[in-house]
Amino acid sequence: MNLSVKINSLTLQNPVTVASGTFGYGAEYAPLIDLNQLGAVVVKGIRLQPVRGNRTPRTFEVTSGLINAIGLQGPGVDGFIRKYWPFLKELKVPTIINIWGTTVEEYAEVARRFDALGGVGALELNVSCPNIKEGGAQFGTDVKLLSQVVAACRKATQLPLITKLSPNVVSIAPYAQAAEAAGSDALSIMNSFPAMAIDIETRRPRLANVTGGLTGPCIKPIAIKLVWEAAKAVKIPIIGMGGIQNAADAIEFLLAGATAVAVGTANFYEPQTALQVIAGLRQFMQQQRLLDVRDLIGQCR
Amino acid sequence: MVEQTVQIVSNQRDTDLYFRLVVRVPQIAPLVQPGQFVHVRILPLKHALLRRPFSIFQVSGDTLSVLYKSVGQGTEVLSQMPSGDELNLIGPLGHGFTVPTPGGETPLLVAGGYGMAALYLLAQRSPQKGIVFVGGRRRVDILCEEEFRALGWEVRATTEDGSHGEKGLVTHALQAELGRRAPRRKLFACGPTPMLKAVGQLASEFNLPAELSLDEHMGCGIGVCLTCVVPIKTDDGWEYHRTCTEGPVFDSRQVAWEEAK
Repeated sequence: MNLSVKINSLTLQNPVTVASGTFGYGAEYAPLIDLNQLGAVVVKGIRLQPVRGNRTPRTFEVTSGLINAIGLQGPGVDGFIRKYWPFLKELKVPTIINIWGTTVEEYAEVARRFDALGGVGALELNVSCPNIKEGGAQFGTDVKLLSQVVAACRKATQLPLITKLSPNVVSIAPYAQAAEAAGSDALSIMNSFPAMAIDIETRRPRLANVTGGLTGPCIKPIAIKLVWEAAKAVKIPIIGMGGIQNAADAIEFLLAGATAVAVGTANFYEPQTALQVIAGLRQFMQQQRLLDVRDLIGQCR
Repeated sequence: MVEQTVQIVSNQRDTDLYFRLVVRVPQIAPLVQPGQFVHVRILPLKHALLRRPFSIFQVSGDTLSVLYKSVGQGTEVLSQMPSGDELNLIGPLGHGFTVPTPGGETPLLVAGGYGMAALYLLAQRSPQKGIVFVGGRRRVDILCEEEFRALGWEVRATTEDGSHGEKGLVTHALQAELGRRAPRRKLFACGPTPMLKAVGQLASEFNLPAELSLDEHMGCGIGVCLTCVVPIKTDDGWEYHRTCTEGPVFDSRQVAWEEAK
C-alpha cells in the first residue's frame, strides 16, 4: 500500500501533516507522539524578528470551534534556529517552516535565511494571518501583493514553496492561480476564518484583539469547498486543512482535491489525532481495496 | 508528561458546587510534583473541544484527585459523570512549587477558595510545617481544612461574610501574621488573580520570597497554543511566558502585573 505523496521535490511518507500554529516547534509533542510517523512537521509562523504577540484573552472556545488571536508570537529567525532547529533537524520527517513578514522584502529575507540553513523540507508562506496589524492577511487578499510576495520568495530560495491562502476572498481561484504563476509549488488551503464573539454580560469582545480567526470542526465544510474550487483552478498540489478530527475528515479533503492534509486545532485537545488519521486512512484503503492513496485525490465526482 | 485514558474511581460532591474527583492513573501519579496540573478531556463533551486544566490535589498510590468547582459547560458535565466512566488525562503538567529544604524557610501558604487544593502536596512534602491561610466568600468556599490539619499544619480561615473563621480577606489575616516579623519565611499562594497580586504586594513590602500559582485561561496545556501567557520580566523588559509550561508557578518578583490585560 502506498501512502506517500509528493509536494514538488519533497516526498511525504504519508499525506498527513500538521497545521502551522497548532504544533509549536514539534518538540512540545515529542513526549506524547512519535513525530517520525507524520508526513511532515509544520512549525509556527516565523518572521525575521522576535514577536511578542497580542494581549490576552487570546482564544475563545465556541461551538465546535475556537477563535484565536495570538498575534504570531515567536522567537524570530535567529531564536528559532538556536532554540528549535537542533531538535527538528534530527527528525526523519521533513520540517516545513511557516514564514511571514511585514514587507515583501522581509518575506524574501526570511526565505533566504532558511534556504541557507540547509535541511529544511519546504517553506510555507503565511499570507493570510488575520490577527496582525501589518503583514499577514493584506498579502493574501490582494492578488498583486500575493504575486509579489511569492515571486520574491521564489527568487530567494530553491526550497519547495507552499502558499497558505486566506479563505476571506470572494473567489479563491484567482489567488490560487496567482500563487501558481508566481512560482509557488503548492498551496495550503485554508487559514482561519475572521470571526468574533461577545460576552453578553460585560458587552465586551471575548478577545483582547476584538476579532480573531475561527478554526476547528465548524469550518471544515468551508475548507472543503475552497479546496474543491482551487483544485479545479491549478495544477500544483494542495494541502487541505480546516477542522480535521479523524480519517474520514481527511479523506474528504483528499476527494475534494487535496494531495495532503494538515491536522490543526485537534492537536490542542487530542495530540494523537494526526496518528489516528494515518491509521484510519490505512484502514479505509484496506476496506476499499485501494493500493495507492493518490487514487483518492480529487476523486469526488 | 503522559497521556492516559483512565477510569473515574469516584466523583463526589464536597460542599455546594465543589466536587472531588479521584482517578486511577498509574503512569501519571508517581511523577506528580506539588503545584502541577492535569489536562482533562471530558469525553462526553462533543461540541466544546478543549481540555480543562485541574490542579492536582492529592496523590495516593496509583490514584490522584482534583477538587473542582462546577462553573461552566465542562465542569457541569464532569460533575455528573459516575465512577467507572472514562476520562482522558495528560499530565503531570507545568512547573510547580519549590518544595522547602530541611531547615530552610518556614512555608506560609495562602489560598483562595479551591486554590487550597493546589497547595496540599506542597504542605505534605514540606519538611517544615507552617501556616495555611485560606479565604473564601462564604463557609462553603473553605475546603479541605481538615486534610491540612491532619498533616499537622495550622489553618487560619477567613470568610468575607464571617460565616466561618475570621471575617475579612485572607490577605488581611496574612498581613497581620507578617507583621509579627518572624525570621525566614516564604509565601506560596494559589487563588484568584486579585488575591495573588495582593500576596505579591505583601511579599515585596515584607521583603519575603513568594511563589504564585497563576490562573490563566488555558488551551492546549502543553505549550503550543500560546493562550495562557502572562507577562514575565526579563533582563531587557518583559515577554509573554506560558502558564502551562513555564508556570503555573512563578516567582512573584518576576510577574509584570502592570503589563497584564
